[in-house]
Amino acid sequence: MANVKTNTEAQRLTFWERIYLPEIARGMGLTFKQMLQPTFTRQYPEERWEPEGSYRGRPVLVLEDGKERCVACGLCSRVCPALAIEVRAAETTDDKERYPEKFEINMLRCIYCGFCEEVCPEEAIVMSKDYELVFGSQEEGILGKEKLLVPVAQLRDRLEFLRQWK
Amino acid sequence: MDPIQLLIICAQAGMLVNLMLIAAAYMVLAERKVAAWIQGRVGPNRVGPWGLFQSFADVFKLYLKEDVVPAAADYKFHALAPIISIAVAITIYAVIPWSGPLVTIDGHSYGLAMAPQMNVAILIILAMTSVGVYGVALAGWSSNNKYSLMGGLRSAAQMISYELSMGLAVIGVVLISGSLNLVEIINSQIANGWNIMYQPVAFLIFFVTSLAETNRAPFDLPEAEPELVGGYHTEYTGMKFGLLYLAEYASMLAAGAIMATLFLGGWDMIPFVDEAALLGLAPDSIPMVVLGHITFVSKALLMVFVFIWIRWSLPRFRYDQLMNLGWKVLLPLALANIAVTGICLLLFG
Ligand code: SF4
Ligand code: SF4
Repeated sequence: MANVKTNTEAQRLTFWERIYLPEIARGMGLTFKQMLQPTFTRQYPEERWEPEGSYRGRPVLVLEDGKERCVACGLCSRVCPALAIEVRAAETTDDKERYPEKFEINMLRCIYCGFCEEVCPEEAIVMSKDYELVFGSQEEGILGKEKLLVPVAQLRDRLEFLRQWK
Repeated sequence: MDPIQLLIICAQAGMLVNLMLIAAAYMVLAERKVAAWIQGRVGPNRVGPWGLFQSFADVFKLYLKEDVVPAAADYKFHALAPIISIAVAITIYAVIPWSGPLVTIDGHSYGLAMAPQMNVAILIILAMTSVGVYGVALAGWSSNNKYSLMGGLRSAAQMISYELSMGLAVIGVVLISGSLNLVEIINSQIANGWNIMYQPVAFLIFFVTSLAETNRAPFDLPEAEPELVGGYHTEYTGMKFGLLYLAEYASMLAAGAIMATLFLGGWDMIPFVDEAALLGLAPDSIPMVVLGHITFVSKALLMVFVFIWIRWSLPRFRYDQLMNLGWKVLLPLALANIAVTGICLLLFG
């Protein structure tokens, strides 16, 4: 036990520190000052937070000229680490020749990694600013095409961000 | 005792108990607000303006909660413990001189205080605080939960150690005032200046020990959340938990009021100044009594605020530090204080 030091704390402190009171007064002065500082709280339901373009919220499909941009290549579904995306392709007479007949994202699985957006060759799936995700049941958490399609006008910020930084 | 007097006293008691419980509920709100401000938050602000009705919402919620009692708990004692805790706080409220006499009916004068003229008030207070430990210790023991038991044991040890210094600190005041009657202690302070000027050390000791007696931080070892879950009230739910919780705040206000009585001059607004003459009122006139009451309550609430403020400033003591402080620092200090006070009184008194 010779090399075990005991009570080093008592030796380190000065007399005034050891009688507590001046230090306690200092500490309490600090907390009192803190009381007069402005608060940081956001009154959430009334004051909503508007994210920047860099924010990765719910992944959505870009709707342009009344149609989805997606060509149903299935890359997003392939890359998704959480296996959240299901795509079923079908043919169309449009230029792009293929379109997703069924496109589902299981929001209970999605981890908002943004890989789907990164891999998409058509910039057809992007992360939106939507962070208010509430589901009443598990089934509701699986979003079909009708809920995923978002007009391109609402996704300008994100597309701009992707052009600049991706 | 004639029936009218009995009726008035019953009404007085009912009023005091209700006021006390409401005050305790509001102190919970105050605690949350102050904590929030210190931490840069807003605190409860949803129920009513500035969250003023939050306390009622809380108590209402507690009433609606299921009352869960552990299967192996001792039901009778489990139910008894919160009652003891709250009863102790209420009893202390009865002897605190909240105000001077306000009205006189049939030759008996009544104020907001139940028994202001009791000549052993200080002894009652000290006795009741020692009974208070039963509430906590029983709660811990009857829950049949290791954490609760630890909390109860710690509380018992802590209260016994600190009670001693608390009693000794009070003796200094009693020596100066020459009475155990709280009203007379206040009157002697009005005449000679507040006791805190003559007994700063006693005040300090009393303050620290009442933090320990009310289980407040930095001495809140009985309910140390990180180690003991919730301490003695871990196994309590619903309004039984509510009572334990309210009792803690009620005894905080009681401690504040006792400090206001013993050390801060009670109803006296400014030391060494005769306020009644200054305002041109008779000393016992109703406006003076009301003003005195407001002064008294403000002093008590100020002490409560300091209690809350301390809780959100200081970390919890370790158990051995707590015992060291109680036995090796506060007790000798209190004894020395009595000796010095006695000698000074002998020489100059
Ligand atoms: S964000 Fe990630 S987890 Fe979510 S769907 Fe896209 S790839 Fe899958
Ligand atoms: S990667 Fe893009 S284009 Fe391919 S299926 Fe997914 S969303 Fe459609």
